[in-house]
Amino acid sequence: MSQSQAVPIPRAPAARVAPERRDPERNAAPVVPTISEPMSGAQSVIRSLEEVGAEVAFGLPGGCILPAYDPLLDSKRLRHILVRHEQGAGHAASGYAQATGKVGLTIVTSGPGATNLVTALADANMDSVPMVAITGQVGASAIGTDAFQEADIVGITMPITKHSYLIKDAQEIPRVIAEAFHLAETGRPGPVLVDIAKTALAAPTTFTWPNEFQLPGYRPVTKPHAKQIREAAQAMAAAKRPVIMAGGGVIRGQAWDQLRRLVDLSGAPVTTTLMAMGAIPDTHPQHLGMPGMHGTVAAVAALQKADLIIALGCRFDDRVTGLLPSFAPHAAVIHADIDPAEIGKNVPVDVPIVGDLREVLADLIPALAAEQDRVGLPDLAPWWHQIDQWRQNYPLGWDEPTDGLLSPQGVIKRIGQLAGPEAVIVSGVGQHQMWASQFIDHERPRTWINSGGLGTMGFAVPAAMGAKVGRPDAAVWAIDGDGCFQMTNQELATCVLNDIPIKVAIVNNGVLGMVRQWQTLFYNERYSNTFLNTGHGSRRVPDFVKLAESYGAVGLRADTPADVDATIARANEIDDRPVVIDFTVSDKALVWPMVPAGVSNDQILYARGLSPEFDRED
Amino acid sequence: MSRHTLSVLVENKPGVLTRVAGLFARRAFNIHSLAVGTTEHENISRITIVVDVESAPLEQIIKQLNKLVNVIKIVELVNETSILRKLLLVKVRADAQTRSGVLEVVNLFRAHVVDVSVDSVVVEAIGPNAKLEALLAALEPYGVREIVQSGTIAIGRGARSITDRAAPRSAHHPPAVQI
Repeated sequence: MSQSQAVPIPRAPAARVAPERRDPERNAAPVVPTISEPMSGAQSVIRSLEEVGAEVAFGLPGGCILPAYDPLLDSKRLRHILVRHEQGAGHAASGYAQATGKVGLTIVTSGPGATNLVTALADANMDSVPMVAITGQVGASAIGTDAFQEADIVGITMPITKHSYLIKDAQEIPRVIAEAFHLAETGRPGPVLVDIAKTALAAPTTFTWPNEFQLPGYRPVTKPHAKQIREAAQAMAAAKRPVIMAGGGVIRGQAWDQLRRLVDLSGAPVTTTLMAMGAIPDTHPQHLGMPGMHGTVAAVAALQKADLIIALGCRFDDRVTGLLPSFAPHAAVIHADIDPAEIGKNVPVDVPIVGDLREVLADLIPALAAEQDRVGLPDLAPWWHQIDQWRQNYPLGWDEPTDGLLSPQGVIKRIGQLAGPEAVIVSGVGQHQMWASQFIDHERPRTWINSGGLGTMGFAVPAAMGAKVGRPDAAVWAIDGDGCFQMTNQELATCVLNDIPIKVAIVNNGVLGMVRQWQTLFYNERYSNTFLNTGHGSRRVPDFVKLAESYGAVGLRADTPADVDATIARANEIDDRPVVIDFTVSDKALVWPMVPAGVSNDQILYARGLSPEFDRED
Repeated sequence: MSRHTLSVLVENKPGVLTRVAGLFARRAFNIHSLAVGTTEHENISRITIVVDVESAPLEQIIKQLNKLVNVIKIVELVNETSILRKLLLVKVRADAQTRSGVLEVVNLFRAHVVDVSVDSVVVEAIGPNAKLEALLAALEPYGVREIVQSGTIAIGRGARSITDRAAPRSAHHPPAVQI
């Protein structure tokens, strides 16, 4: 099968301008004449990265990867951005990939360089981000001897990568790099690690661009099964209380146009998970908001009361389902995903559809239209009447803090309004992330980038840097917490020195906010180790404005409601340097609604001690 | 307990066994036994895994295995249409008084004695799991001193080969297994 399954490798154009998906059809592209040139393994690495169309690498050199950094200096097609910490390189590659749809690339050295990348790889793996990590490794004969800066990074990252390679023979470099990019961006995307022994980098070799992949076991299914499509269309046409639940797969699979058509055709309510924000505009009248732990009452209630869930590219994360046995008890489930292992993993599925979402929806839309012609349009009016009551009675909102300080929700909402729908919003993890998902209107795909599955604090600054590199014409706002910001703010140096003018809004409540929220609600307000001393009235260590200025960025502070708009406007005017704004906000604000961990979504609280009516009616 | 036997054809490359074993560990699937060896195709190794399906549905285990890039094909082999075998070596106390009793058990089970010393014998037996368990139970009263067992290996009955379409035929002798 290794030969019968072999597919020709298309060569990338000199620079891949438009974000394009590698379609299976492209594998049938004519095979280019084989190039064969003598060079070093290190030159072969850089040449291969150029051939595969990589435009930018985020990295940091060290002993074992050093040979590769020498030809990198001469590359005309591959830009390298020197980060300050390898985790930053990994998140930057992820931000770049999520903003553009292209494969993110990071290059780091062996041992600590590679282990510093572990968090970023785990993050990309959870959120299905196409990414390739090149790591240096000690010389082939030193592997296994506990050599200086040796770490078994292939072994360490096996559970958190889509696939990984260890190259000891320089001849394998072009084929492995071509395969790594192919694996990263096809099927369910994910991070691929290529560990290269220093001896292979130093060895003389012949660069030969491979004609075929050697991946006999890799055959992602993209075409959906016609029978399943028919069954899905029939179920949708017959449902009285349908809900379309779109997941991150809609963004990764570039299926947002098709999703819009399906939503419009079906007339059904739609909810987007945290990873799918922007897949359909938040302002679309059928959009209910986000489901799950901090979702809207309307979205959570609609799923609980639905008779049919059309799940597209999502994985029924515990943050979405709440206590699993009580999730959506009345609903039949249609689940379409490129990854067959996601189907039936957490939730029993009635109509499984394995395939690329664009192809699935391209087939499902006409099938549903035909079915509607046959049986007539379903009467969804009673369902919408119920949903509209939930929307009317339980809209997203907040109470202004009584301590006179800024409300974090209000700050975030104004940033969204003043940045506009074209801006890319990148978020850290915690309360500010949830508020940014709730109070910013996400109108376009790939304008909302965050760490969903792994929940990586410190994601925002480096990911925003990567997003800005990928989309230099877009305004890129990092909405960060004071805890998150202190984990990775060293990349401000990278941003300043490489002219990457991101805007960072620190929603500074001086505490680890989400942890503190749980201490407030579930630990009797015993605030163990969540006070950071950065907020209002504290010692303010560090002073974020001075910190920003010491990096050569612009540091601003907003303490009062009157400052907010003017400060945001000033940040929007600056485009030659990064801007950091310290928004000093109240530490009393909590994220609502909330489904407490481990209980049924029926137990959703609209605010503290206030459960919505929908559940009591039953 | 529900056990299933999976034949997993994998690329014969370094690290593949680690990937398979690691997957079982991180997904909290239980392995009852595992055996690995080369096949008639030099590029393909075959891992036979007996899984305990209490821990996760068989379908989920197979789907997760299929996601490993180096896994080429997975076939479930069931008792009725397959031959399942494992190898047992057991060291049993056997002095002048008890040796004939031990040998009688060995003969009844069509096992073999492969080593004899003054007060013990080493018995070799091949068979399905149930037969080996019965043999061990029969030897138990004599004093079992040491047991070693291979993982189960399995092959389907009849002319069909599960590797037929998995790889091109190779005339070469299979190389050492690289996992």
